[in-house]
Amino acid sequence: MSAARQYLEFERPIAEVEAKIEELSRLSESAGPGAFDAEIASLRGKVEQLRREAYAHLDPWQKTQVARHPERPHFVDYVAELVEDFVELRGDRKFADDASIIGGLGRFRGLPVVVIGHEKGHDTTTRLQHNFGMGRPEGYRKAVRLMDLAEQFAIPVVTFVDTAGAYPGVGAEERGQGEAIARSTERGLTLGSPMVATITGEGGSGGALALAAANKVLILEHSIYSVISPEAGSSILFRDRAQAPHMAAAMKITAQDLIGFGIVDRIVPEPPGGAHSDRAAAIAAVGDAVEEELRALLPLTPDELRRQRAERFYAIGRSGAALAQLKKAKR
Amino acid sequence: MAAAEDLSGKPQPVSAERTPKPKSSGWLARIAPGVRNLVARRADTPENLWVKDPDTGDMIYRPDLEAALWVTPAGRHMRIGTELRFRYTFDGGQFEAIKPPAVVDDPLGFVDQKPYTERLAASRKANGSQDAVAIGYGRIRDIPAVVFVQDFAFMGGSLGMAAGEGFICAAETAVKRGAPLVAFTAAGGARMQEGALSLMQMARTTLAIQDLKRARLPYIVVLTDPTTGGVTASYAMLGDVHLAEPGALIGFAGPRVIEQTIRETLPPGFQRSEYLLEKGMVDRVVPRPELPETLSQILGVLMMGRELQRGRLQTA
Repeated sequence: MSAARQYLEFERPIAEVEAKIEELSRLSESAGPGAFDAEIASLRGKVEQLRREAYAHLDPWQKTQVARHPERPHFVDYVAELVEDFVELRGDRKFADDASIIGGLGRFRGLPVVVIGHEKGHDTTTRLQHNFGMGRPEGYRKAVRLMDLAEQFAIPVVTFVDTAGAYPGVGAEERGQGEAIARSTERGLTLGSPMVATITGEGGSGGALALAAANKVLILEHSIYSVISPEAGSSILFRDRAQAPHMAAAMKITAQDLIGFGIVDRIVPEPPGGAHSDRAAAIAAVGDAVEEELRALLPLTPDELRRQRAERFYAIGRSGAALAQLKKAKR
Repeated sequence: MAAAEDLSGKPQPVSAERTPKPKSSGWLARIAPGVRNLVARRADTPENLWVKDPDTGDMIYRPDLEAALWVTPAGRHMRIGTELRFRYTFDGGQFEAIKPPAVVDDPLGFVDQKPYTERLAASRKANGSQDAVAIGYGRIRDIPAVVFVQDFAFMGGSLGMAAGEGFICAAETAVKRGAPLVAFTAAGGARMQEGALSLMQMARTTLAIQDLKRARLPYIVVLTDPTTGGVTASYAMLGDVHLAEPGALIGFAGPRVIEQTIRETLPPGFQRSEYLLEKGMVDRVVPRPELPETLSQILGVLMMGRELQRGRLQTA
């Protein structure tokens, strides 16, 4: 992966040191093995330190970029690592199959699960195939269908949220994009099975919420969850997309902001250089957190699960004192 | 707000240029400026006598437009506020106003080109209301109902914490009183200035609808111009019955966003009420004057089911 490694803007100092390491490694081939070992080791240490420092203090706009990092683990990666015997189930039984939202059956840490999530794709072909993770009505209707199935067979639902938002297209509108999203949100809220959602990358607006109306909503440390993308918000409020970094900060889209509002329940820590720097560790951490949350929900009856979900969402924003305190702290 | 675009339909009282200046303003202003402000706001002052038709540019005599419930001769259903909506919906214009719950202003300390608190203050002043929604309880052709109305004039009708709590309160009131809920939607979408807290209103309002369902109370949506964004992706599309006023823009993504995505001009009539009727997303497109009758017909039948279930309906 290091050859094709993609660096974000703020990672430039890291990129420079890594380039030096590569150069020294190349030189050591001609100069004899081990010639620059000491230098390389020291530079590696420096890279580690730079990465740690950068990722410990990401601002909301930098987090937005990390959340969208092309090498960040995607739905297919989580499923491959965490779900055994995965059988993909396709189609909404009404019109089509939408590959931007994938779902199916499998076993997760010994539990039967229906797993659903957005898939952005990892190269041009797969990105087009999955429509960049931007769901169409059929994707949300498939999600509803799979949640029905989960309830029918008393199987927990695990979702992975990673979307810039639902797809804004003529066909999507024609086939009731708004209704499809609303129904998917509704299905999550009314589900008689335990449901745990994890925002693994971008939680973009209603298209994200449609898969996150869960008992517990987890979020990776550098993921974001927002009502509108910073770019789109900027173009509306500033008539200029260039104010996106400002919007990212103003809209309080980071995991660390959201947990204070009760919008997310748990932050899953990422490896020191972000989830993309150590994908296996990130995926395992998500697996552990989801398992723990899911197991805690298993004893609840369908009615208790519905009540817990209702209480969870109704409570958001209701505590005026807590909000006032948060607001003060943010300023 | 996210998708708010077409503002052309808003009733725009024209400037005084084409109408005579009120001669009485001088003496009244000298004696009691406060009184003059009150008088000036009255609908029948000369400044407001003519309204520009947004389609033809013709001047429409305001009393005529009012008599036509703000439907222009060309049939455009102009945007109206909460007060008129209640007046047109409830029998004799009589209703009990239910105050939406207070919420924390500006939970994020949000600033774009101006602080959100300033935008809120300006909207409150201009609209004379606390936020974009109002709740009323009254009779629609004899059928008691709770009516929830969204006002596009207040920050694009946007769904924030106030509108969300307002909707929840409307649904709770309906359940408490055993009455159906009718929601007149109008919004550009979610209120960006409240970040993900506004997004959460989509889930919270959806929960409130479940309470109505459990109580077997009808929930009727009347989609008015415009209803887009997060509102369309939540309570506006979850009605037992969907009605729409003619020509209303209704969609998830705003037309401009779609055009930018597909780089094509959109077909005429796209995302209008009639288009949604054809595509199966609304049950009926109902002209404004016919709404109370249509609502009462639907509510009457749906509410009879409850009676039947209770065995209270006496069959002849």
